Amino acid sequence: MVWQTIKRWYHMLGSPRYFHTFSSRVLPWLTPIALITLVTGLVWGLAFAPSDYQQGNSYRIIFIHVPASSGALMGYMALGVSGLVAVVWRMKMAEVMLKAIAPFGAALAAISLITGSLWGKPTWGTYWQWDARMTSMLILLFMYVGVIALQNVIREPRQAARAAGLLAIVGVINVVIVKYSVEWVQTLHQGSTLKLFGESTINPAMKYPLLISMLGMWLLYAVNVLIRARSEVEWRERRSKWVQTLIREGGK
Amino acid sequence: MAFESFADFLAMGKHGFFVWTAYGISAVLVIANMVLALRGQGKVRETLARQQRRAEVDE
Amino acid sequence: MSTFRAALSRELLVLWRSPAEIINPLFFFVMVISLFPLAISPKPETLALIAPGVLWVAALLAVMLSLDGLFRRDQESGVLEQLLTSPVMTVVPVTAKLLAHWLLTGLPLVLVSPVLAHMLQLPDRVLGVVMLSLLLGTPALTVIGAIGSALTVGLNRGGILLAVLVLPLYIPVLIFGAGVIRTAMEGGPVPGVLAILGALLALTASLGPLAVAAGLKISSGN
Repeated sequence: MVWQTIKRWYHMLGSPRYFHTFSSRVLPWLTPIALITLVTGLVWGLAFAPSDYQQGNSYRIIFIHVPASSGALMGYMALGVSGLVAVVWRMKMAEVMLKAIAPFGAALAAISLITGSLWGKPTWGTYWQWDARMTSMLILLFMYVGVIALQNVIREPRQAARAAGLLAIVGVINVVIVKYSVEWVQTLHQGSTLKLFGESTINPAMKYPLLISMLGMWLLYAVNVLIRARSEVEWRERRSKWVQTLIREGGK
Repeated sequence: MAFESFADFLAMGKHGFFVWTAYGISAVLVIANMVLALRGQGKVRETLARQQRRAEVDE
Repeated sequence: MSTFRAALSRELLVLWRSPAEIINPLFFFVMVISLFPLAISPKPETLALIAPGVLWVAALLAVMLSLDGLFRRDQESGVLEQLLTSPVMTVVPVTAKLLAHWLLTGLPLVLVSPVLAHMLQLPDRVLGVVMLSLLLGTPALTVIGAIGSALTVGLNRGGILLAVLVLPLYIPVLIFGAGVIRTAMEGGPVPGVLAILGALLALTASLGPLAVAAGLKISSGN
């Protein structure tokens, strides 16, 4: 039963036209929800959460740093999954997703690095440390750059997407190995303070705003991906009747 | 509210510079990315509309 | 197996006929390494400190640059197209090609590495470890780089793009490769780190050729 539902969803969302109608129904309410969630989480974290007894107020960077880092990591995982689907099953929507997911993920990786170093200066006295997490994030950013660069040089869109897909699959394996190898080299970072499940060492008054801004960032990422995927679908299907009608009616 | 006054809020203890720079740069990057996505959408629509008009003139 | 042997000897012969492709990476390796004493400091203590990293970065770049045109000649002559449409699995000739390429470009780097390590003032007792680390590491570099090379065959702006794609993927090999030598210098447990490097080689050598074959298929539009 569940399997059949998943299968039906796979086939429906695999059709560019269905995706387009589906996303135009989702976006009008997903966009405001994403923005409200993100702003709520950030304002709560910045103004209402108590200050940290060790770090004072500089810790408030966590409310943007962790959402950005988690978003960048999940985005690359999503690239890998889309890559697998695009290379093995040659599903058109997976190819579209490969193009839509990368840019915002790269921006989040950059944000994670910038906010991390701005947090590092007051906390451990330097903007940059070659510690395991910062280094892994830097390499993740490089890999996003690789995927985007490869897509930009190959003319034929389907070929570009599948090439980037293969790179993303290899990249996902690499992310895991890089994480362990960089940890092996050295670890200077504070231990993980947030666990979604099980006991958490973070104060609940800080945890809730963090979870909310994280959710908000992921939703905003989803909005961004949907917008990019929609324009890619319209471009790829530009010769089809439904896109022609859409354009004639002024894009409604 | 974790701060006594708005000035306190802006100062963030002694770390106002770090906190606000972090949030400022993040906001710029996120907003720029959203704008680029929307503009890409607009560009595709525009190009397609132009092609359509040209095709109709040719007929 | 006989297909593999035939493909291997063909690739070795082709490479052997263009000696520049074998010699240039080797000279590149030597030249890059000789830049460091001039640029940083010829002091023995300093050199010994940076030597593991210098050796590995130079080897990594040499292997990567040698891979730039790995499939180009095959593509231009149409051999690649034949290879992709032939009934034999693509993986077999691809593996043969990678092995041939490593034997003639990677292995020479391993063989000259003790001389360079000595010039970088590394103690004699670690020279064996230097060779072993490169022996396990360079084939992995060849395979990983070949994936990037396969994805960029048809594009005429090879070099920099290949570097952008491949360098992030080289990082684990670099870390453990240079790490083995550092561990050896500090008297740490070398076999454990060598085992990790071996595991990386096993992973890339088993799955890598599949990815290379898939990349070639994508690039040729099949």
